[in-house]
Amino acid sequence: MTQPINKSVRFPFTGLWKGMWFTLKYLFKPVPTVMYPQVQEIPVPRARGVIALDPEACTVCMLCARECPDWCIYIEGHKEGQPPAKPGGRARTKNELDLFEIDYSLCMYCGICVEVCPFDALFWSPEYEYSSHEVADLIHGKTRLKDWLKTVPEPPALEPQE
Amino acid sequence: MITGWFWVDVIIKVVLVLAVMIVLALVAIYAELKVMAHMQNRIGPYYAGGRWGWAQPFADALKFIQKEDLVPAGADSVIFKSAPYVVVSATVATFVVIPFSPSLVARNLDLGVYFLLAISSLTTLGVLMAGWSSANKYSLMGGLRAGAQLIAYELPLVLTVVAVVVQAGTMSLVGIVEAQAAPIEIGGLSISLPFLLKGQIVGFLIFVVAAVAELSRIPFDMPIAESELTMGYLTEYSSLRFTMFFLGEYAAMISMSAIAATLFLGGYWMPFVPDSALTFVGPMILIAKIAILVFFMLWIRSTWPRLREDQLQDLAWRWLIPISLANILVIAFFKVVVF
Repeated sequence: MTQPINKSVRFPFTGLWKGMWFTLKYLFKPVPTVMYPQVQEIPVPRARGVIALDPEACTVCMLCARECPDWCIYIEGHKEGQPPAKPGGRARTKNELDLFEIDYSLCMYCGICVEVCPFDALFWSPEYEYSSHEVADLIHGKTRLKDWLKTVPEPPALEPQE
Repeated sequence: MITGWFWVDVIIKVVLVLAVMIVLALVAIYAELKVMAHMQNRIGPYYAGGRWGWAQPFADALKFIQKEDLVPAGADSVIFKSAPYVVVSATVATFVVIPFSPSLVARNLDLGVYFLLAISSLTTLGVLMAGWSSANKYSLMGGLRAGAQLIAYELPLVLTVVAVVVQAGTMSLVGIVEAQAAPIEIGGLSISLPFLLKGQIVGFLIFVVAAVAELSRIPFDMPIAESELTMGYLTEYSSLRFTMFFLGEYAAMISMSAIAATLFLGGYWMPFVPDSALTFVGPMILIAKIAILVFFMLWIRSTWPRLREDQLQDLAWRWLIPISLANILVIAFFKVVVF
């Protein structure tokens, strides 16, 4: 296999001067940098900032913890006896969530946990200002993850059905 | 003579030359930070100094001064320590003969051009000293590459300057500027032009290429190619000694631009500026010309990729040197036959 050779003759150094023209143009273009601490960019609607948890919806099924590629989700729970649904029936059990932690120093924001949750307990929130001086502070517990729930935007309206 | 006492004059001149060099180098560093940033679609320094980050070069210098002055255990410490002084003093010495106006020149040597070329070769010595004494393989390779490169590009540089000297008929830099200011007769019109427009275009291009290579700046920065040699001969340097190399590099940029401006662009002289005004306007004209050339160097730095080592040698030996030799022949022919 031989590649056809481009034999069109060009003026020497054309590429070099093209590059020079390009950088010169950029010298006079406005810079798109957003001066962050003074000016804050509004995140795009489905930005992946932080993961919020609704503890009421969680059933300790462990799917998120198992699917997490970074193993950054820690869950502990226990079973609790519940009264039977009908009088005279069998006593039920319910999974109570004791500990739910996401270690954001490990998280890679893939969103698999949000995708995999069968009970809609995990949500993406666009908040991103939770950096810290201590690595340990990046482990967000149940209450902190619940606080993020307030920042979760409303889901977009459904498309009209025919 | 300024005051009449020789030593007082010497001290004043030394302080003036040093101050001009350091101020211009700091301005060049700041210009590089800002110009390159905008060419790469970023802002560059922003906070230092309150506005536009104008104090960034000073902040950098202060940071470097605070660092520990390390000397590697296996290094030849005397040579290692003196190398930056050799480089910086050689660079400063070039400012001695550069005329900023007909009278504002530290020393108007009759052999000014010769002095310049001799002194600027000293930089090579300093770089080789730094590379050899560091006891580091990257430094050694960087130093040797620098040696090979500086020797290769010294030749076209000298040869183009020879053509200028032939055309001007003098080696004094003031004389060369005056030769450019002298009017020539073209078809009954009496006009004066810089050498660039008197048939030295090829010479000027070769000079600029060779000068950028002499300064080992991108695209000719093989001696300090980060991806291959860490930082070349600068690898082991830190603190004030690194600052001296750094400042020396930018000062050399300024001095090379000043030489190019003096030899080819008319130096402190400009058409339509009366000779009586040159004493005051001259320095500004020269600095403006330097600024244009320095901007060009920053521009190609942020645009072009680095040459490979063999391409670098190829360009010097196979193209620039033969062309500059032919350039001398043509210039000498016109000098003898036409003018």
